Amino acid sequence: MSTNDNQILSRRFGRKDGHKLSVYESEGGYSALRMVLSGMKPDEVREVVKESGLRGRGGAGFPTGVKWGFVPEGAEEVYFFVNADESEPGTFKDRYCLDYDPHMTIEGTIISSFATRSKLAFIYIRGEFGWLIDRVQKAVDEAYAAGYLGQNILGSGYDLDLIVHKGAGAYICGEETGLINSVEGRKGQPSIKPPFPAVAGFLGKPTIVNNVESVATVPWIMNNGAEAYKAFGTEKSCGTKLWSVSGPVKNPGVYEIPLGLPFREFFHDYLGGMADGEELKAVIVGGSSVPVLPAAEIMNCNLDYESLQQAGTMLGSGGMIIIPQSADMVELIQVLMHFYFDESCGQCTPCREGTGWLHKIVKKLRRGEGTPEDIDLLEHVCNGMAGLTICPLADAAVMPMRSFIDKFRPEFEALIQETATTGPQTRWPRGEQE
Amino acid sequence: MNKPVEGNTQVGLSAETLARIDALVEQYPTKASALMPSIWAIHDELGYVPPAGVDALVEKLEVTRARVHEVLSFFTMYRTEPQAENVLQVCHNISCHIMGARNIIAHMEKKLGIRLGETTPDGKFALEGAECLGACGHGPCLQRGKHLYEYLTTEKVDDLLDNLRKGEVPRADTDRELED
Ligand SMILES: Cc1cc2nc3c(=O)[nH]c(=O)nc-3n(C[C@H](O)[C@H](O)[C@H](O)COP(=O)(O)O)c2cc1C
Ligand code: SF4
Ligand code: FES
Repeated sequence: MSTNDNQILSRRFGRKDGHKLSVYESEGGYSALRMVLSGMKPDEVREVVKESGLRGRGGAGFPTGVKWGFVPEGAEEVYFFVNADESEPGTFKDRYCLDYDPHMTIEGTIISSFATRSKLAFIYIRGEFGWLIDRVQKAVDEAYAAGYLGQNILGSGYDLDLIVHKGAGAYICGEETGLINSVEGRKGQPSIKPPFPAVAGFLGKPTIVNNVESVATVPWIMNNGAEAYKAFGTEKSCGTKLWSVSGPVKNPGVYEIPLGLPFREFFHDYLGGMADGEELKAVIVGGSSVPVLPAAEIMNCNLDYESLQQAGTMLGSGGMIIIPQSADMVELIQVLMHFYFDESCGQCTPCREGTGWLHKIVKKLRRGEGTPEDIDLLEHVCNGMAGLTICPLADAAVMPMRSFIDKFRPEFEALIQETATTGPQTRWPRGEQE
Repeated sequence: MNKPVEGNTQVGLSAETLARIDALVEQYPTKASALMPSIWAIHDELGYVPPAGVDALVEKLEVTRARVHEVLSFFTMYRTEPQAENVLQVCHNISCHIMGARNIIAHMEKKLGIRLGETTPDGKFALEGAECLGACGHGPCLQRGKHLYEYLTTEKVDDLLDNLRKGEVPRADTDRELED
């Protein structure tokens, strides 16, 4: 579970009663909404969020208030989507928000919808979170009954409906245009941007898509002010961030820490270091789609957008994957390439074919049929994918692939050399073939 | 996929499910936008979408048959054939892999006498691989219906399979204790 000194998002994590409306209200819940609806204008709310420096927590880190400002002036029909598709390998933080504290996200959704002048909002939850969908639906029903949703909310004249929408097992529907297309009742394939959803999204109307964590932060900012939020974090990476940590550390789980905390401190003080008998080899810091860093490099990083970018990786979703010395890096990249190949929606040739080739070539290495040229071929395939597709999924496959070769090339070479003498073999030691 | 399966053509939808679809069409801003939840409504009743379900969707949502099939086949969770009594989907993505998911899968294959992707002859168990289930720090994990079983060990899997075989469903990790 979580240790939290900075409880903006995680106050109720781990509790048995945090999901209840009465508990949320008794701890100050829905007071931000009351304040906003008793006289603020949508643009004023947007300005506070902009001023707070809050950046989107879904992966790209785009400033939330700035994004809201892209909705065209005077637009009559606007939609607001909360992205709870949470499917990036290594990421399980939004689930904690919705499981332990659904009303915080609901309150954030209502305020965000008001700020963007939306009359209909969706929370799009991945289909695998069946139990969570029921929990959130129950909380939404309670919010309706309490007058926080529906017609004339709290007597303010503002109307908002909120639909809990269940996904159906497609990583690509986490991408905002794929998500929107799927709710329109079509395949969840991304669309070319521009136009950006903020201008032409759901049903061709202005649409804002925000991650759960971004939305859940909004009530706190409205209650405490932009300055209070900026007091956490660094100059450009404001506030706190949820990190979901997996792999063999002593204490895996979800943690809320101020942005900018040194990894070293987080690793030792919060995660308790490695589990007994394990040694740290590498870390994928922001979900499976960002470049891997060897232990020596991550140990000198701070956990904020700028520092991680400087180190050659990205903060991404905050899905931190801890890789132990005992792990075989070629085996791990096979797992990841299988994933991206499986999840490519197939409409761009470089992505559909490229992810297929990357997976095939890595499999060939692991079967013991690799040659040194195959490493060059992997890099060549990557060069034909990055930046050349409709959505960033192709890049999401290229970033781990390239960085695994860059940082752990000797493991690839050793495997090729070793199997050059032993000949082809089945190298999937445990379980499944693929 | 999506070919009418022998026998399934006889399967119809209950009046309740049809009414649920009508309500969804009311709730969503356009008829077509009610497609995903309407498919789920059919799933909730039958566990899959039979040809009669496709017919109902075409009629009530005023979308083409091709569009229904397109969406049904795009999403991995939608099924067009009856499913095993217990569909067990084990995450084999990176975090769970590091924590030993392959050992869990191998153990289940042995115990059930089937390979990943197969169903036991009695139709009781289907064993499937899954991509990340959003339980990475609680891995290895598997999904059954609405719930996840987490922190899997071979003993925990044995206990789960033994119980399911007897028709009992052990409490899942995501089914945590709540105060009302
Ligand atoms: C392949 C892919 C998958 C994505 N998956 C998610 C996701 O599961 N959840 C999420 O919030 N954003 C995801 N995103 C990012 C969204 O497109 C979008 O940027 C985000 O929801 C915006 O919210 P934010 O500004 O609050 O971060 C994904 C993007 C890509 C390219
Ligand atoms: S990059 Fe890949 S996933 Fe994205 S739209 Fe193109 S084919 Fe689909
Ligand atoms: S990697 Fe298995 S649940 Fe995320």
